[in-house]
Amino acid sequence: MSTTVATINDKTNLGFWVYLMTDCILFGSLFATYIVLHKNTFGGPAGGELFDMPAILVETLILLTSSFTCGLGMLAIRRQKRSQALFWFGFTFALGVAFLVMELSEFNALIAEGNSWQRSGFLSAFYTLVGTHGLHITIGLLWMLVMGWQLLRKGFKDSVIRRFSLLSMFWHFLDIIWIFIFTFVYLMGDLQL
Amino acid sequence: MRRLSAIDKRLVSYAVGFISSVILTVIAYALVTHDDIVRTLTAPGIALIIAALASLQLIVQLLFFMHISEEQRPRWKLLTFIFCFIILGVIVFGSLWIMFDLNDRMMMSPDEMIKYMNKQTGI
Repeated sequence: MSTTVATINDKTNLGFWVYLMTDCILFGSLFATYIVLHKNTFGGPAGGELFDMPAILVETLILLTSSFTCGLGMLAIRRQKRSQALFWFGFTFALGVAFLVMELSEFNALIAEGNSWQRSGFLSAFYTLVGTHGLHITIGLLWMLVMGWQLLRKGFKDSVIRRFSLLSMFWHFLDIIWIFIFTFVYLMGDLQL
Repeated sequence: MRRLSAIDKRLVSYAVGFISSVILTVIAYALVTHDDIVRTLTAPGIALIIAALASLQLIVQLLFFMHISEEQRPRWKLLTFIFCFIILGVIVFGSLWIMFDLNDRMMMSPDEMIKYMNKQTGI
């Protein structure tokens, strides 16, 4: 790899990292909003009464596994093995879709019971925080599709490899955000704190 | 023993990160969902423990998934992360401090509020 490519990679990588840090601030504000509002149930249900904890654990493990398979996909990219890379990123994609489907069906069940974001301040903050994460996941999935297509069309070009490394950073980042949603929204909600 | 190549090392680090993350997640989940444990440790005690477990998992994933320790000097990623962390602390703890303080002062019953205001104005 020539020096210029390495320099471009480093700079792009750092720039993307700085974007992730600003995204962190966005999620931090939403977490603060959620914690401030989580007692304001307006006579409606609190978190502990709503959450289906085994399903949440399954969601968490699915996302964690997808973060791992994304890492394996990245190793295949570094080894320049196309079919392996497609397999692992395809696996990651499938797990991401499974996660999103579970989250949306959770939302759907809550709304069907009359607990939509209009019910209380707590639920507004809940849907905003968890929904923003879900939106990030959706965008990550679209990105994965685009990268799969680029890998098939362009092969292992420097720019393609670089974009894959940014994608995997994004995906690991979303898993880290989910740890905190799992802990502060779901587990602490179940403790009725 | 054959020396591990850079890619093999990465594979080991992903595996270590994955397994320890799963363990940390399952411990946190078990602490919250077992009623006996909740009764002995009390809810605030468990909240502290699971917050610590989440922070530990943050560090595990930064090290083993995002490989932040492999960065070469100057360590801009680490620096921006620390800066972001400080800003986050200001936003989150600042908001909570202000809003909970306001709740304490403003969310009282009308009678309490009259008493409180009389006390403040010295009537």
